[in-house]
Amino acid sequence: MEIRSKEFKSRAVFAIHDASLQQAMGKARDGFVGKRAQQAAELPEFEALREEAKNLKNHILENLDHYLERYEDAVKRAGGHVHWARDAQEARAVILDICKRVNAKTVTKGKSMVSEEIDLNEALIEHGMEVVETDLGEYIIQLANEPPSHIIAPAVHKTKNQVSDLFEAAHGGPRKTEVADLVNEARQVLREKYFRADVGITGGNFLIAETGSSMIVTNEGNGDLTQTLAKVHIVTSGIERVVPTLDDATLFLRLLARSATGQETETYTTISTGPRRATDLDGPEEYHVVLVDNGRSKMLAGHFRDMLRCIRCGACMNHCPVYGSVGGHAYGWVYPGPMGSVLTPLIKGLDNAYDLPNACTLNGRCASVCPVKIPLPDLLRELRHLQHQQELSPVMQRRALKAWRFVATRPKLYHAGEWIAVRVLKLLGRKGSIRRLPFAQAWTDVRDLPTPEGQTFLQRWQAQRGK
Amino acid sequence: MMQTTQNSRDAIFGAIRSALKRSGPLPDARRAELDANVPQHTRPAQDENLLERFIRKFESRAGTVQHIASRAEIPAAVEAYRANMNLPHRAAVGAALKDLIWPADWQVHHNRAGTEELLSVSLCIAAIAETGSLMLGASADSPTTHNFVPDDHVVVLEAASIVGYFEEAWAILRQRSEGMPRATNIISGPSRTADVEQTIQLGAHGPRRVHVLIVAA
Repeated sequence: MEIRSKEFKSRAVFAIHDASLQQAMGKARDGFVGKRAQQAAELPEFEALREEAKNLKNHILENLDHYLERYEDAVKRAGGHVHWARDAQEARAVILDICKRVNAKTVTKGKSMVSEEIDLNEALIEHGMEVVETDLGEYIIQLANEPPSHIIAPAVHKTKNQVSDLFEAAHGGPRKTEVADLVNEARQVLREKYFRADVGITGGNFLIAETGSSMIVTNEGNGDLTQTLAKVHIVTSGIERVVPTLDDATLFLRLLARSATGQETETYTTISTGPRRATDLDGPEEYHVVLVDNGRSKMLAGHFRDMLRCIRCGACMNHCPVYGSVGGHAYGWVYPGPMGSVLTPLIKGLDNAYDLPNACTLNGRCASVCPVKIPLPDLLRELRHLQHQQELSPVMQRRALKAWRFVATRPKLYHAGEWIAVRVLKLLGRKGSIRRLPFAQAWTDVRDLPTPEGQTFLQRWQAQRGK
Repeated sequence: MMQTTQNSRDAIFGAIRSALKRSGPLPDARRAELDANVPQHTRPAQDENLLERFIRKFESRAGTVQHIASRAEIPAAVEAYRANMNLPHRAAVGAALKDLIWPADWQVHHNRAGTEELLSVSLCIAAIAETGSLMLGASADSPTTHNFVPDDHVVVLEAASIVGYFEEAWAILRQRSEGMPRATNIISGPSRTADVEQTIQLGAHGPRRVHVLIVAA
């Protein structure tokens, strides 16, 4: 999808006034946060696991080339193919090539954020293929012609009523209004697609170097039907998703479902190793893995290596007050919320997503729930720093900061300025608060500033100490 | 195309190594050390009998279980389940259970399952008490479609093959002479979704019900 992160401010305002969105987001927020907290509380080892997971990811990243080579060898031994793609364009070309070679007409897809990242659907459709998203949430937003608004609950912004409308328009009536009937209708429609599919594309939560396997976790079973029934299975994954062994993947499994959906485990954990064997009665005839860099090796080099630990659970966005208010679409690209505000500028360019690192209160809730302890607020602050250095921030802001630095490094001047300011503010106040403040209307438009008492903090502090 | 991905491969490895401040692969000695590493991660403590824990966890996610005394009782138990669910006299049965004597008026086959299939019966490799999960492996004896296509999935579990942790289940896979199954399915109850307003609904794409027959040790 085309990046629209530059429109963050206008899209955020729009989102706050969208009643359906606010209704849907309210329901989601309470569910995710409460369930995760309960799972964390029920597992005494949870904090120890987070620390171990952080250390293991750091170890893997430190030896990434080694584990990727081991993984590649093992995939080949199991009869699979590994393809390497430097960027989105190369990844699309590799996948298109496979689909064209097998003369694919219908392509089914399990959930894959990398496929969103590389704009895969548009490319396949352009070449005349029917592309069917099979995760219920992804299917809903495909019908609505929208991008996902959450990395694990892509249709979290939709109300039941909106889903009823979409299904009625796509499948014909009678209109279903119960969740059970809606789910059943999608089940029937999608079954036919699984069996007809030439190519099935899924993501990969973990790539196991020990066995050359890809691992996916789902609740619906759609990823399994996608990869079992198509003639060709293609896995799309980022290069950072490799883990040394099955035991290592287990460490992350113990954190993933708890952090993501607040479940002890998802319903299905599936390990796929190569194509159908000679005696097998089902399964794909070909098995391909497309490993995508798309900015990841660059992150490995600099201040942002920590971000490569991400296991895509979505806990950071579930706990983010900004995401909770504006939803995922305001962020304007594939990855929303705190993790998206770090990834989007790094993958798509600092200047293409100026607002995202700044749309953060630095409250730190995201970092406190991250299962691999990514210091998200620090990374966002670092991005702001880079934006400032590259002079991407507004001129007025940079001038104001310069002026502030000039004053702040001269204590006498600073205290004199404060002394004047509290007195002026006191004069402006009416009934204990200031309704409008010049140069800060954006702030006072939505809240009042309490009137200062007329003394600076330092004056009161010294008066107290004198007692 | 092969040439392109080879170039891309070299470029990606080059970028990774330069990011890690190395000019080439790790030294062989270090690589051997990494390969020999056996991870020892924290396992959540369990203080319960394996069978009891498996049942408690599996039932907590809408799975059902039934105890039977011996393997020979499987067909009768499946017939009772079929009658209870009011299903047709037909099932896709994994060839691992081919030797059992199935009711004479049943249509039983051991091939892959298509959309017309409503009931399947599989033998699992093991169960994991940690999360109350079943582990099934794809083979001629246990096609993967049996695990996902029918509405009702009956899984036979030998009580002796319940292990405590995932790590023990992986050890079973490593010991197989034929290596990893093409697909290894860890199944923790019926298929579910919460994609419409966070409302949990069973039977999204996979089985609506998963019923386990636990064969006494």
